[in-house]
Amino acid sequence: MIYREAGRFHATYEEDQRIFPIRLDRVAIAGILAVAFIAIPFAGNDYWFSAILIPFLILSLAALGLNILTGYAGQLSLGSAGFMAVGAFAAFNLMLRVPGMPLLAAFFLAGLVTAVVGLFFGLPSLRIKGFYLAVTTLAAQFFIEWALTKFPWFSNRNPSGVISAQKMVIFGYVFSSPVSRYLLTLSIVTILAVAAKNLVRSRIGRAWMAVRDMDIAAEVIGIPMLRTKLLAFAVSSFYCGIAGALWAFAYLGSVEPQAFDLTRSFQILFMIIIGGMGSVLGAFLGAGFITLLPILLNVGAHTLFSGRISQSLLSNLELMLFGALIILFLALEPYGLARLWQIGKEKLRLWPFPH
Amino acid sequence: MDWSFFAEVLIGGLLAGVMYSLVALGFVLIYKASGVLNFAQGTMVFFAALIFVSLREKGWGSVGAGAAAIAAMILLAFFVERFVLRPLVNQPPIALFLATIGLAFLLEGVSQGLLGAQAHGLEIGIPDVPFQLGAVNVSQFDLFAAGVAGLLVALLAIFFSKTRIGRALRAVGDDHQAALAVGIPLGQIWVIVWSAAGFVALVAGILWGSRTGVQFSLTFIALKALPVLILGGFTSIPGAIVGGLVVGASEKLAEVYLGPHIGSGLENWFPYVLATLFLLVRPEGLFGERRIERV
Repeated sequence: MIYREAGRFHATYEEDQRIFPIRLDRVAIAGILAVAFIAIPFAGNDYWFSAILIPFLILSLAALGLNILTGYAGQLSLGSAGFMAVGAFAAFNLMLRVPGMPLLAAFFLAGLVTAVVGLFFGLPSLRIKGFYLAVTTLAAQFFIEWALTKFPWFSNRNPSGVISAQKMVIFGYVFSSPVSRYLLTLSIVTILAVAAKNLVRSRIGRAWMAVRDMDIAAEVIGIPMLRTKLLAFAVSSFYCGIAGALWAFAYLGSVEPQAFDLTRSFQILFMIIIGGMGSVLGAFLGAGFITLLPILLNVGAHTLFSGRISQSLLSNLELMLFGALIILFLALEPYGLARLWQIGKEKLRLWPFPH
Repeated sequence: MDWSFFAEVLIGGLLAGVMYSLVALGFVLIYKASGVLNFAQGTMVFFAALIFVSLREKGWGSVGAGAAAIAAMILLAFFVERFVLRPLVNQPPIALFLATIGLAFLLEGVSQGLLGAQAHGLEIGIPDVPFQLGAVNVSQFDLFAAGVAGLLVALLAIFFSKTRIGRALRAVGDDHQAALAVGIPLGQIWVIVWSAAGFVALVAGILWGSRTGVQFSLTFIALKALPVLILGGFTSIPGAIVGGLVVGASEKLAEVYLGPHIGSGLENWFPYVLATLFLLVRPEGLFGERRIERV
């Protein structure tokens, strides 16, 4: 009744091609952005910014990167945290070793460095797929973690491999308060998310989906396998790299390679399974779900049982809950929360007269 | 080059590789019969060993604790068949693989929630002391592990080729639909094969546990079984053994001879890189079946 497509006539190509053809969607997105950019900076407190919103945004970006690779191009990766680490360390070294390096350029170049590393580890995907690719991306994960810890050059000879991110300065303004770091992260994530949304509906995105659905058939109709798969690896790693750089610069400030271990890779993978494979929205929904669930669990346990549940039991409960949710989502709704949202919208189109 | 030192490293590596093979064996069993790469195998190793060691610490005998652990693994097999495999029938294999990652997390939570997260020592009465064999030192415990692995492989080979259930398992592995069509109950077969994998996990868990202590890091050791599988091929039991030996030997040799040049601790990633290089040359593994795909 409220949400519908009827009466929607496209008079120009621009109208036909826009990202959100339905007016209500455009209004909703504009509203969400307005809330995120204007209302939240006024309403939120420092705890919310630095403990919940910033990691949520950064992990959304990483999940978006993985979703491009796994959800759109169909190449499974268990090494996304490794690529985040590359981004973080590359940004740190660029800022450290290149005098006068602007911050945003360092982030961008760190993304490019990560893309090159991702290209290299994506090479085996030309001959193998599925579980096999899982193993080669595990190789990337372990190798990167080892190399960053082992070679002191990467962490500027810090004995424990910890890097302390430089101050974030853009045009003389220092981003140090939580709210300014939040706004910087939000801006970068928004720009990259819009870019991703456009990328996946372009020719490149369609080629990725064709490869995902059946690679041999895609090759037969003339999609170049080499370029398409490697591009997916490069773009995905670029996103993960920038997420890693933000993780070090905007979220933690100082970070060691072990912050990007296999557990983090799984966390990002879970985000796209629960949020929705092959959906930009899904990356955000999944990241929100996975970052908020432990917090809700904690708060819920404290208000309900007021400290009678031990912390270790709680963290085990969290593991169990995640595991069960993964199986549940794969069995009941393989396309995750994004698909549920889609179904909801379709129901809304007919409401209140479903027949 | 010191050849007796080389031989010692090589033999040490080969015997450590036997332990990887034991874990890889569990993967192969499940992959053969259900086409699922069971990521939770490592957690199953940990889970089984944890049950065994906890019951022993409560004063149970080894046999009783072992029987209880096997019972728990069979129960787990029923659970997996009912709540993981059955709802995911006809889904792409990658969905099943992801589901087993979920299963791994679930199992980690359950085992640590119920039995505690502290490390347990496990003593099974085989001393881990080296003795002289010609010019090289060999660990008695490693030899015992190798013997157990050999016995297990022989048992499984007989089970797969001679018994009625074994033939049914192979039929299911070849073609699910054809097996269903000739009246093989798929659900039961899955329960049996997951129980068998649980049993293998228990054996591997006891051996690994008495070497390193029963603790959470066992699940990471089990990840090393993945490169083993790639080298040996996903569907081959002899492949799992040979792959394990290759991985064990090569990582020890790399650590000893390459480590001083490019940095120690490279045995953490060396098997994976080795497997990746191998994949580029021979994606089906040493003993795997070549798959031909058509549009």
